[in-house]
Amino acid sequence: MRTLRQSSPVAVTGKYLALGFYVLFALFPLYWLAKIAITPDKLIFTEGTALVPSRFTFENFRTVLLQTDFLAYFRNSLVVSIGTAAITTCIAAAAGYAFSRFDFRGKRLVIAVMLITQMFPLLMIIAPIYKIVAALGLLNSLTSLIIVYTAFNIPFATFLMQSFFDGIPKDLEEAGMIDGCTRFEALRKIILPLTLPGLGATLGFIFTAAWSELLFALMLINSNETMTFPVGLLTFVSKFSVDWGQMMAAGVLALIPSCLFFIFIQRYLVQGLTSGAVKG
Amino acid sequence: MTAIADSASGEPRARGSFYFRYMVEPYLYLSPAIILIALVMLVPLAIGISYAFQSVNLLRPFQSGWVGLENFQTLWNDRKFWLALTNTFWWTLGSITFQFFLGLGLALLLNTQFYGKRLVQALVFLPWAVPTFLSALTWAWLFNPTIGPLPHWLAALGILSEPFNILGDPNLAMWGPITANVWFGIPFFAITLLAALQSIPGELYEAAEIDGASSWQMFTKITLPFLAPMIAITVMLRTIWIANFADLIFVMTGGGPANSTQILSTYIFTTAFRKLDFGYASAIAVALLGLLLIYAVILLVLRRKLVKI
Repeated sequence: MRTLRQSSPVAVTGKYLALGFYVLFALFPLYWLAKIAITPDKLIFTEGTALVPSRFTFENFRTVLLQTDFLAYFRNSLVVSIGTAAITTCIAAAAGYAFSRFDFRGKRLVIAVMLITQMFPLLMIIAPIYKIVAALGLLNSLTSLIIVYTAFNIPFATFLMQSFFDGIPKDLEEAGMIDGCTRFEALRKIILPLTLPGLGATLGFIFTAAWSELLFALMLINSNETMTFPVGLLTFVSKFSVDWGQMMAAGVLALIPSCLFFIFIQRYLVQGLTSGAVKG
Repeated sequence: MTAIADSASGEPRARGSFYFRYMVEPYLYLSPAIILIALVMLVPLAIGISYAFQSVNLLRPFQSGWVGLENFQTLWNDRKFWLALTNTFWWTLGSITFQFFLGLGLALLLNTQFYGKRLVQALVFLPWAVPTFLSALTWAWLFNPTIGPLPHWLAALGILSEPFNILGDPNLAMWGPITANVWFGIPFFAITLLAALQSIPGELYEAAEIDGASSWQMFTKITLPFLAPMIAITVMLRTIWIANFADLIFVMTGGGPANSTQILSTYIFTTAFRKLDFGYASAIAVALLGLLLIYAVILLVLRRKLVKI
């Protein structure tokens, strides 16, 4: 639409330069992480700021995977993130559906409360949560993390799911209901298949959020067996702060799942937000 | 069919179905969400606020009890609190300014046509997917002169006199977490602003072009007014979020050196996590909450005055 005007070569060059700057700025730190991870230990200091290592090795990854606890941390994080993402998405899909399809007493209040939970400092509840979890005897358990993360992520996931449901015409399930389905059957058979991309995006988003959470995990987990990846990596860093290659190899490993998910979801994310924005 | 049956069976039945659809059915779908949020967030929030008026220290379990405003009196005379407050201001302002302008630039660029757009979009949004603890560690390593290139580049440009770690210099340390935060936060603004940009009707630009408007005029007369509501809401949410955001600083500097990067949220966390002084940590949190509320109210009033939508 905006290509009616012939752009000058200077403007075009400037645009590509600016885009190049953004791409470089976004990728350089990750490149550096990967670069140190594959640089042999002996070369890390001699080739300190070289952009490309003269030799490379996967020794650091082997050491991290086989001789440290990172595989266990990785597994714990997977359990927590997948559990959180699955439960949150189910609950948020139901809540988002209610917001999208029903007009009911108390709707504004529930929405307002959900918005408020996104505003107050989460750290404010770190002390009460710690005491409650300790009283229930759930310290150092992955279950407590899943429950806490699920609650934290429900409001955002609900609004996200609502915007996806809003994008699906009401007529579809009304037609189904006239044909004799109950509302729940119509939801399951007609609406859910249509909103699969939305469910996928929400799953991915919550997975990434749960995968990165650090402070509550630090507070609630201190046994080595149930540490999640962030806690494990941070403990590792403060204990062995000279094993640069190994730390960065662990970092690269931590990056893989969230990046995979992100590549899948990022298109849907702009879509979902756009449909919300159009609606105003 | 059901409608006819309903009206035939008389008034109470119809009212029951209405009652069901208006009061009960939505809450069947909502109840898991509401119960979890209430139990895990609202109840602890109330307890947390009550802690601010108690002495709750796990290291001194026998001195617990209500203390009134004592925690707040300590807070008022706590030099570290005022320092953290100032730091919170600079941290938030620095982060939000760079994130917003760079994010707006990126959104405007992504809203044009160019070769390889989908790949570029995926790549520039990638930092958002990087777990925060990992962004923090990565940037801490980049600023470390033994393995990172940044100090050497900064020294070569003449910004630093010699390649040293700015995270260890009380005057410069804050720039470390701010840089990491800008890197991490640009995609958020780019995504939301891009979504808003894409919802501006293209005909407006075509009409403006026919009328001979310059690019700058189109930007200030069409793009900005359309973006304004989105800008107001994202800047407000983001400011609150950044002011609360402790992870990056906690991992990169732990609040040091000499508390030069201690912001209120890291101060809350270290007080709770290291000193296990839950009462005092909650008092700081209540103070932070109050300040953020004041900020939100001011911004909402300003928005109502400035944006007539």
